[in-house]
Amino acid sequence: MIQTADLLRVFNAHRGDAIVVPGRGARHWAQISTRPTRDVPVGDPAMGGHAAFALGLALARPADRVVLFDSEGDLLMSLGILPTVAEQAPANFYHFMLDNECYATTGGQPVPNAKNVAYDVIARGAGYPRALAFDQLADFEAGIAAILAQPGPVFVALKVVPEVENLPINQRVRWQTRTRERVLQDLRAELGLGA
Amino acid sequence: MSSVEAGQLNPQLVLDEMKKNRVTDVVWLPDSETNFLYQLMQAEPSLRLVPVSREGLAFSLAAGLATGGRTPVILIQNTGLMESGDSLRGWAIGLRIPVVMMVGYRGWTRHGVNTDTAATYTERFLNAFGITYYLVETSADAPRISIAFEEARRTQRPVAVLMADEYHGFNR
Repeated sequence: MIQTADLLRVFNAHRGDAIVVPGRGARHWAQISTRPTRDVPVGDPAMGGHAAFALGLALARPADRVVLFDSEGDLLMSLGILPTVAEQAPANFYHFMLDNECYATTGGQPVPNAKNVAYDVIARGAGYPRALAFDQLADFEAGIAAILAQPGPVFVALKVVPEVENLPINQRVRWQTRTRERVLQDLRAELGLGA
Repeated sequence: MSSVEAGQLNPQLVLDEMKKNRVTDVVWLPDSETNFLYQLMQAEPSLRLVPVSREGLAFSLAAGLATGGRTPVILIQNTGLMESGDSLRGWAIGLRIPVVMMVGYRGWTRHGVNTDTAATYTERFLNAFGITYYLVETSADAPRISIAFEEARRTQRPVAVLMADEYHGFNR
């Protein structure tokens, strides 16, 4: 398994000017990213929607690379998005998925069939032309340049170490540096769309 | 569709309203109320159709499109709208997405006893979320669609158009 912060640091070296939807990796990404106005840490508006949101962004911005760090709990709620991604086939969409085998933000309860789901196989079966899986940082580090060098859509499943939170939500340390509204305003300004 | 009888809703007018409001993408899941509209949209080069397999995905997908500068519309049935409550709350209302959702009003009847709970709960559901809605039954109502778009832009909130007619007059 890989530490999420480590894999995000590896990715950041290859990020270029990609728009990044950091999803469940956002807490670490906020400390790593050097292009925050091209980051879209919207938190968790409603679980199950990150892949569709990032797909919409990719379809809207075909000239920009869009990178999503999805999570397996989120994707399990909406596996039906995979055929939609594959059908639309945005060449600028890079779908990474952090698989910690549990619902970490609710105390670490396992997701269904946690240790036996091959998400890359599901993505390939849904029609993604490329789907990969990594559980070692060194392998991911060796492969990331090639992943980003080719057109999307691509799906990359990443086994990561759970970072379990068990405090009531109102007692957790807030890592967000911007409100959701500000995040979207900053991105629109960055993309020349106005606030 | 060769003709539209008086008292029915001409789907071409609905498409014209979309074009007038510069809709770029239709995020949709098929329903019987809007099938003829689908056939017209397929033939319209200015629209991209993005099919989803569950209605809740339509809200997050539309949020991404709108964030990136597009003008999506959501085309779903009332049954799917009710299934999408949390996505509507978080992705559309929460992110202040000015999207119009055109909702097939399954079970709607003006002239008889409602026997479909999908219709029973539709407006109650929208009221619970504070979503403004406009009823479109016939071609004469089509301009209400533009009112919905204007309201969505002005309030930065989702607004619903209830398509309260099957184009073939099934409900009458």
